Amino acid sequence: MRYLPQTQNARKDMLDAVGASSIEDLYVDIPKEAMVDGLVDLPNHKGEIEVERAMSALARKNVAAPDSPFFLGAGTYFHHVPASVDHIIQRSEFLTAYTPYQPEIAQGTLQALFEFQTFIAQLTGQDVANASLYDGSTATTEAALMAMRITKRKKVVIGTELHPHYREVLGSYMGNIEDSKITDGLESIDEQTACVIVQSPDFFGNPHKYDAWRKKCDESGALLVVVVNEIVSLGMLDSPSCADIVCGEAQSIGMPMSYGGPHLGFFACRQKYLRQMPGRLCGMTEDADGRRGFVLTLSTREQHIRREKATSNICTNQGLCALAFTIHMSLLGEDGFKKLARTNHEAACYLADALDGVDGVSVINEHFFNEFVVELPKDASVVVEDLATCNIIGGYALDGNRLLVSATEMTTDDDVAELVHILAEIL
Amino acid sequence: MSLDKVDYSQDRGLNYEENLLWEKEHSEHSGVDFPDLKDTPTRTGMDMRDDIGLPQLSEPQVVRHFVRMSTWNYSIDHGFFPLGSCTMKHNPRLNEKVARMKGFAHIHPMQPASTAQGALELMHELQNWLAELTGLPGVCLAPAAGAHGELAGMMTIKRAHEQQGNAHKKIILAPDSSHGTNPATAVMCGFEVRSIPTAETGRLSVEAFKEALYRTDEKGADIAGMMVTNPNTCGLFETDILEISELLHAVGGYFYCDGANFNAIVGKARPADFGADVMHINLHKTFSTPHGGGGPGSGPICCTEELAQYMPVPTVIKGDDGLYTLENETDRPETLGKLKAFQGQFGMFVRALSYMMSHGADGLRQVSEDAVLNANYILSQLSDDFHAPYGGQPCMHECLLTDKKQKEHGVSTLDMAKALVEYGYHPMTVYFPLVLAGTMLIEPTETESKDAIDRFIATMKGIANDVREGDTEKFHSYPISTPRKRLDEVKAARNPILRWKKD
Repeated sequence: MRYLPQTQNARKDMLDAVGASSIEDLYVDIPKEAMVDGLVDLPNHKGEIEVERAMSALARKNVAAPDSPFFLGAGTYFHHVPASVDHIIQRSEFLTAYTPYQPEIAQGTLQALFEFQTFIAQLTGQDVANASLYDGSTATTEAALMAMRITKRKKVVIGTELHPHYREVLGSYMGNIEDSKITDGLESIDEQTACVIVQSPDFFGNPHKYDAWRKKCDESGALLVVVVNEIVSLGMLDSPSCADIVCGEAQSIGMPMSYGGPHLGFFACRQKYLRQMPGRLCGMTEDADGRRGFVLTLSTREQHIRREKATSNICTNQGLCALAFTIHMSLLGEDGFKKLARTNHEAACYLADALDGVDGVSVINEHFFNEFVVELPKDASVVVEDLATCNIIGGYALDGNRLLVSATEMTTDDDVAELVHILAEIL
Repeated sequence: MSLDKVDYSQDRGLNYEENLLWEKEHSEHSGVDFPDLKDTPTRTGMDMRDDIGLPQLSEPQVVRHFVRMSTWNYSIDHGFFPLGSCTMKHNPRLNEKVARMKGFAHIHPMQPASTAQGALELMHELQNWLAELTGLPGVCLAPAAGAHGELAGMMTIKRAHEQQGNAHKKIILAPDSSHGTNPATAVMCGFEVRSIPTAETGRLSVEAFKEALYRTDEKGADIAGMMVTNPNTCGLFETDILEISELLHAVGGYFYCDGANFNAIVGKARPADFGADVMHINLHKTFSTPHGGGGPGSGPICCTEELAQYMPVPTVIKGDDGLYTLENETDRPETLGKLKAFQGQFGMFVRALSYMMSHGADGLRQVSEDAVLNANYILSQLSDDFHAPYGGQPCMHECLLTDKKQKEHGVSTLDMAKALVEYGYHPMTVYFPLVLAGTMLIEPTETESKDAIDRFIATMKGIANDVREGDTEKFHSYPISTPRKRLDEVKAARNPILRWKKD
């Protein structure tokens, strides 16, 4: 009971002060039928040693990326997080603070959010960014919903290969909107289209240029939504500044993979769409003495003010993840961020050349950033399982014989050599 | 030049000023070193990106920047944080430690299940704990936060009605004391919200509920369900909840229980036993995962056996062979589908289960009892000095006061909140719920000692005393000892500056 400070004496004094004879007097409003008789059917409390031991035992049953040659990406990437990032986000002042609704005692969080918004706006080439969303899949969905609000149209076109989970999430949300539909490809863009979603690099790792999409959007009045789920790619690839909305996943900067979350959704758009944007925004202002300060702003879009008329039901965002991102970006800076991108690309080029040299294996992509598809001589899902038995996390099995593989700054030449060696044996 | 005129630092003692990253000198060194590039020809199919305009700093500059900024934040580790309905309890550091074990932090959501059995077992175990604590056996951990859990829960209800041929059921009943997320969520699902006025008792009355239930159809055939926070946002348990949920069930509606206030009853009472069909759990409230300055949260949902088939994928299932797997849509064709990529905020699952195991069945019951006792103690000590609209009866884990008495002297809830800031506290939740004017919702949580609570009570009594005695002028300028005084929110909204830009 190490987290509970009250003493028996204090409890008794407080019950006396309240005028209750026992704690049960304070639960009189709960129907008897709903009260637990005694204790719920769960184990009793445990000490720190026992809990840590139990957790270690579970953690050991998993194959961790630092302990295996690791080539899996598919929307979540194994990157290095500098030690100072994790140190700073564990400071009590950041870790155990609430959403900054009392700005005079939350300037640390608020200035960091303002810096986060600036980083996202710069990376995406957009005018404004919000203070984060849950993840890339929900950010993409919010972008489509926003485009539907702006255009008052109900059709969403998927332009390039979108992450399959993002597509599923979008489909689930859009099921709530009558007469809405999702179609595919440049040709299906028409006067009913609210937006075109172009993921770049797409799920198969192909980087895309935006000119043709932009032109088609201008002709039809649809918005161009660019989705980026490997944000490191923005250190090399074209800036999506011509888009109307740029959103996606920023886990790669500052966050471990953590079996799928918490990650970091980001969302940026043009100034003219600001008031249709979902999620929290931090803005600059002045205090009573005229000194610069920051507050959450434009909350008249949000649920706690607008209730059923809000732009979204979002309340909590990914504050601490946005902080981790901001610290990591500060450490990287202009040169470091671009060098990180180049290092990733070079690792992927090295992997591609090595895999191309394996009998029966061929690289499908002409172009890629840090991820690409290879064709294998046998079923990819079988190969992934076989590699796992050799302690290699080999990639993401697409349909049939195609395997999606990725390399980052964490991938060593030895990792690649081991993959090539084992593949040669099992294929 | 004299010191006053130079004033390079603008710092005073431990009060620091800190500019923005872009306003600092551009360093030649990145804070991250990389091996030399091999200058491999690029295969991206496009030219290298131009200058982005990012700042550049070495590691010591970056660390100092954020550490200085951190000193401007108040946090639960600094002191009492009685923010109603937000459950700002102590965040055990053991949970941070275990979440960072490499077997949890550095595993990929799509790696083969055979290489992630420990992670899946942990999720399965968390599902079991939540099912036992709520009495609701269907558990999906995926939702990313409370509002996302609400969406998952309400879409589960919608899916159930559709699959059962009741797509015409479109109306969701919600008390006017509900969180803003409730009506926003219901509308996102395509429902229509019908608000139920809170009675003078601070609760739902059976009469008002019936009026809303049968308003447009005498048999209630158009009612899809209701969203009720219980205990409610006035800090009270809905005493008529059994009768209300029976009336709702009789017309084929489902009861969505908003779990924001679960801390009041965890280990003491089970929502399934007062009629809840589906609810979300805020792991970042009841189960202590850090609020992190506004997230990440985690909002698993729990539901009845009947609704379990409709909830989002995935859940973790244990096979007859003892192996754990993530189900997908082919395993459960009735599901409404996916609402988030991958399987949820796993790092928060690790922390929450660590918290639950640390407390156990006995500790969690004590959590509820201490949280409720602390709130009642505050209510009993402050109900003479402040208007306590629902005083004279027990509250649950939070108590509601208003500024009615102080307002007569020109001091509002906002002024008192800012006075608390000046005196070293984070204020309570203010102007929520909306059912009365000038509300102050105080939730002490169980992780405060009597000593800490007594000091807060003394401060509140001091405020009431000064207002009574007419010493009110100071309240309008508080806080004055903080890094910034009151900030101009109107200016921020009128001319939004949302990012740094080169002049």
